[in-house]
Amino acid sequence: MEYSIIILALPFFMFILLALAGMKMSHKTAGLLGTAGLLIVTILSYMVTYQYFTMPRVEGYRLALQPWNFEWLQFTDKLRIDLGIMLDPISVMMLVVISTVSLMVHIYSLGYMHGEKGFQRYYAFLSLFTFSMLGLVVATNIFQMYIFWELVGVSSYLLIGFYYTKPAAVSASKKAFIVTRFADLGFLLGILLLSYYTETFSFKDLISGGQCMSLISSGATFMGASVTTWALALIFMGGAGKSAMFPLHIWLPDAMEGPTPVSSLIHAATMVVAGVFLVARLFPIYMFDMAVMELITWVGAITALYAAIVACVQSDIKRVLAFSTISQIAFMMVALGVCTSTDPHNGGLGYMASMFHLFTHAMFKALLFLGAGAVIHAVHSNEMSQMGGLRKYLPITHITFLIACLAIAGIPPFSGFFSKDEILTAAFAKSTFWGVWMTGVAALTAFYMFRLYYGIFWGKEAKHEHAPKESPAVMTIPLIILAAITCVAGFIPFGEFVSSNSTAYHIHLDPTVATTSVVVAVIAIALATWLFAKPGTKPERMQSALPSLHKWAYNRFYIDNIYQFVTHKIIFGCISKPIAWFDRHIIDGTMNLLATVTNAVSYSIRGLQSGNLQTYVWVFIMGAMAIATLILILI
Amino acid sequence: MEIPFIYYLVISAVMFFAGVYGFIARKNMLAILISLELMLNAVDINFVVFNRYLYPHALEGFFFTLFAIGVAAAETAIAIAIIINIYRNIKNIQADKLNEMKN
Amino acid sequence: MSILSLFVLIPVLMLGGLFLSRNISQVRTVATIGSALQLILAIVLSVLFCMERNAGNTAEMLFMADHLWFAPLNIHYAVGVDGVSVLMILLSAIIVFAGVFASWKMDPLPKEFFIWLILLSTGVFGFFISIDLFTMFLFYEVALIPMYLLIGIWGSGHKFYSAMKLTLMLMGGSALLMLGILGIYFNSSADGELTMNILKIAENNAIPIEMQYLLFPLTFVGFGVLGAMFPFHTWSPDGHASAPTAVSMLHAGVLMKLGGYGCFRVAMYLMPQATVELSWIFLILTGISVVYGAFSACVQTDLKYINAYSSVSHCGLVLFALLMWNTTAMTGAVMQMLSHGLMTALFFALIGMIYGRTHTRDIREMGGLMKIMPFLAACYVIAGLASLGLPGLSGFVAEMTIFVGAFQWTDVFDRVFTIIACTSIVITAVYILRVVGKILYGPVQDKHHETLTDAVWYERLSTITLIVAIAGIGLLPFWVSDLIRDSMSVISDRILQFLPL
Repeated sequence: MEYSIIILALPFFMFILLALAGMKMSHKTAGLLGTAGLLIVTILSYMVTYQYFTMPRVEGYRLALQPWNFEWLQFTDKLRIDLGIMLDPISVMMLVVISTVSLMVHIYSLGYMHGEKGFQRYYAFLSLFTFSMLGLVVATNIFQMYIFWELVGVSSYLLIGFYYTKPAAVSASKKAFIVTRFADLGFLLGILLLSYYTETFSFKDLISGGQCMSLISSGATFMGASVTTWALALIFMGGAGKSAMFPLHIWLPDAMEGPTPVSSLIHAATMVVAGVFLVARLFPIYMFDMAVMELITWVGAITALYAAIVACVQSDIKRVLAFSTISQIAFMMVALGVCTSTDPHNGGLGYMASMFHLFTHAMFKALLFLGAGAVIHAVHSNEMSQMGGLRKYLPITHITFLIACLAIAGIPPFSGFFSKDEILTAAFAKSTFWGVWMTGVAALTAFYMFRLYYGIFWGKEAKHEHAPKESPAVMTIPLIILAAITCVAGFIPFGEFVSSNSTAYHIHLDPTVATTSVVVAVIAIALATWLFAKPGTKPERMQSALPSLHKWAYNRFYIDNIYQFVTHKIIFGCISKPIAWFDRHIIDGTMNLLATVTNAVSYSIRGLQSGNLQTYVWVFIMGAMAIATLILILI
Repeated sequence: MEIPFIYYLVISAVMFFAGVYGFIARKNMLAILISLELMLNAVDINFVVFNRYLYPHALEGFFFTLFAIGVAAAETAIAIAIIINIYRNIKNIQADKLNEMKN
Repeated sequence: MSILSLFVLIPVLMLGGLFLSRNISQVRTVATIGSALQLILAIVLSVLFCMERNAGNTAEMLFMADHLWFAPLNIHYAVGVDGVSVLMILLSAIIVFAGVFASWKMDPLPKEFFIWLILLSTGVFGFFISIDLFTMFLFYEVALIPMYLLIGIWGSGHKFYSAMKLTLMLMGGSALLMLGILGIYFNSSADGELTMNILKIAENNAIPIEMQYLLFPLTFVGFGVLGAMFPFHTWSPDGHASAPTAVSMLHAGVLMKLGGYGCFRVAMYLMPQATVELSWIFLILTGISVVYGAFSACVQTDLKYINAYSSVSHCGLVLFALLMWNTTAMTGAVMQMLSHGLMTALFFALIGMIYGRTHTRDIREMGGLMKIMPFLAACYVIAGLASLGLPGLSGFVAEMTIFVGAFQWTDVFDRVFTIIACTSIVITAVYILRVVGKILYGPVQDKHHETLTDAVWYERLSTITLIVAIAGIGLLPFWVSDLIRDSMSVISDRILQFLPL
């Protein structure tokens, strides 16, 4: 499958082309060029997927292929960065997700971004992002992944800050980059630690186990935890930053300042799941350390709950979706965390569930964002108070949005039901505690999604200057396609393709779990219907019943303020400023003091250099005589 | 009768210190130049005398003296030329007044 | 005549040409042709060098030439290059080339400006080709002195103060260096045949260990001052802030590399035992300067100060990596030198161009430049991304090589300092994005800026040259890194054999 290199090369070429020559092109040319490029990439991805999954299994396992791998940078005798392509079940699955969503977003943006200044730049950045994201998932080694990891971070930075004249967008892009950079520091240290002990970056070698055993048997410890624990926890930190896990989630809600299709592509469907992908990629190694798995579960579970609570009270529709994304990604993390072995039939179900949810979530969340984009396009506002009753004006958007809401709420037969059900099954398999916890979060999910749905499409109509219009076909067609995928994706025999040790796994629904989750979801939806479907004061009354909880949740439990305090007051105020002062006044002051002293001494003895020859001779003679006298006396 | 060694030295010492005194005390550049010549001549006398008394068969001292006289003559010529030029330019040859080039 | 001598000869001919030039266009012609010629020559040299190596010539230095210059002290004009010097020469040639275009509209006294600039570059090239300590030191001084006039006459702000401070501090460094070099010379041989030739001194390996303890700090600090080692870095912010564009470019881009280059070529290579014993002291200092410079840069408001402090941080990383003395870290150090040289030159060029338009360097008074001058702003973003280590640009490969190299030491001390150095990637992101956000993005602060124009052709040429080089190293690091590793392994092997077991 050597042609798979084109999947990477084409978006990169498009980026270079659009970045250098884009300004000379018309909007239409640039947009169509970018979209056409991506169409080819998508087709190639599907071809790769088809070919890969139709290859016969070897002894029941799917093999990982490396059609390309060349040496890029040699570090030491053993450590080197290669750039290449690795095809295995999850990377191929990700190829499909990324190319599909990216293609939808490319098409959608033709309408959504129509007439924006910097349209060509937008498409150039989209191509850059697609290139980096594809490179990330097909990485053959952990350092290649880190390289593309940074590149997606930068594309995300550039795209969030697309409206660079808006101060909010600028600070959001900055925040997103710096928070993820901080997490990447952990990732980098983790890589360094891991590679030092295993002497390899390559996933193949890392996963095959021999190297890992040497890492574990080396037995080095630091602060009471083994090297393995440290390395894996640090790598997870990188993943948590990208995937917006608590407490590194703060950048994602702000990232909604970017154009809505960008939020859909990067901050809902693809880039933010990179953290999940990372853990899944290193899954066999994570299996060696249950302490880290426990950590992942806890972080995921707390994030899921936290984000779901916050999502219940936000008024900006994109923020609701952002918190919903955080919560759903946390579901995937939990699913990975509750795994206890690599056998899908015995404790390894979570892996498959996580990847399945990643797949379905990417589709319906992209759909939700694109739908939200259509709404915003129609009413020119993000605030729910400016919406309401839009179902009459935006019929297609309404239907597709509803499908996505049902999917995320976990109502059969939409895709979210199947994947979420697998996650809950896996959680229950680990312990009832996690099962109940995650079911509760699933109920919250259904509740806030239908709050959002009713807030936009039902309820009281807000006043509009012009009646909102349905979007043009370039925007509705992607919605319809994604909605169709959402309807059928649940019936994909996902376990056949992806499972924790790549053996075949036949998905079967656990009737108890399935019934419980559906019942809970329906109750939550009913509650939301009762509260929000008709205009009324019920929501306000509920708010006033729990004023402090509402206030805390609305302000996202003040996590952002804590960060604000730490960065501005402590880092800038207590570290940077004193250091700068110290440098100017103490270090430089010492140098200046030296100069001043030299200068002062020179001034004070300057009188001796009168320039008068006769004085010199006088001093000279006196000196000579003094020395002569001295010699006479001494002799 | 041989003139004792010490007599010459006394004379030359007196000449030398007269020169030194003149060099330091006088402000007129011509007078300074004359003092300089006095010192030089005192040294010349010393050369000759020491040569005569210590190494009667050698002639280096005499040659040094001749050289010194030659150099002194050249130097005096240059010095006087400079002094005349200074006088032409600023109508003054007092050493302590010549600070035009300072600052 | 060796091809290397041409690197000194061309600037000298250029000086002659400049001297005879009658008007500004002649000056520009001479400068352009000369610097272009030098760039071509540098490329030719690197190609020839690679061909020699591929042909199996494994001598430590290639293209050697040797002429006795002053017999009583056994001083030779001895030249030769290894992979590192070749790359350093290439770097200098690129920056001189870009610098000529960045100072296209130099005013006043353009002829004199270019004369001093070219004299400076003579010193730089001479330094990198020399393998005789005295000749090396001579060229080193030739490179330093013109700086005083260049800043003092064509600078801005507190230019006299800065020029004086810079010159005096660097002269202080070279005084230490002089002592160090004399010390090395008088201990260079056990059998009384004293020599200044670096290769011979290394071969003799006769410097007694007690002398090494004395001479290593002298030379290391002497070169370290130019490499902006904490706490001897304070000339850098003031000097760079006052210097005219091309001088900042050349100074931060190339001259500061002289420091790092000298550190390993003279101090570490000739005194390996002392390196092993004493490097921890300097490791602490450089480790501090990495984060210290970065934190200082976070709160500066003058563009050039920000960049100067960031140079302190990046050059600190160079010395830090050198002191880790394994092949990987040292390779990373040289790559960081190249990378920092290019991107900081790009930064200073852009700052100069922006300053030339807005007449302010205070980031609080600028904003929204992306809208007004998209080309310059886009280049600034690229420079910023290179500086914060974006893969695909040069900073990333350099930093990663350093970190991987430094991580090969397992003791707690080295680990802690490696981690401290690693944190700089976050702090760098903070100050770079702060600047980019303030001056390029956001609304336009000053409505007079609305009418400003974007870059003209010579400015574009200057910046594009540098960007191509940055992206070249970033995308295809392997040939650079292989070239460096071959040369650095000689030095690091020499040090490692004195490693106590």
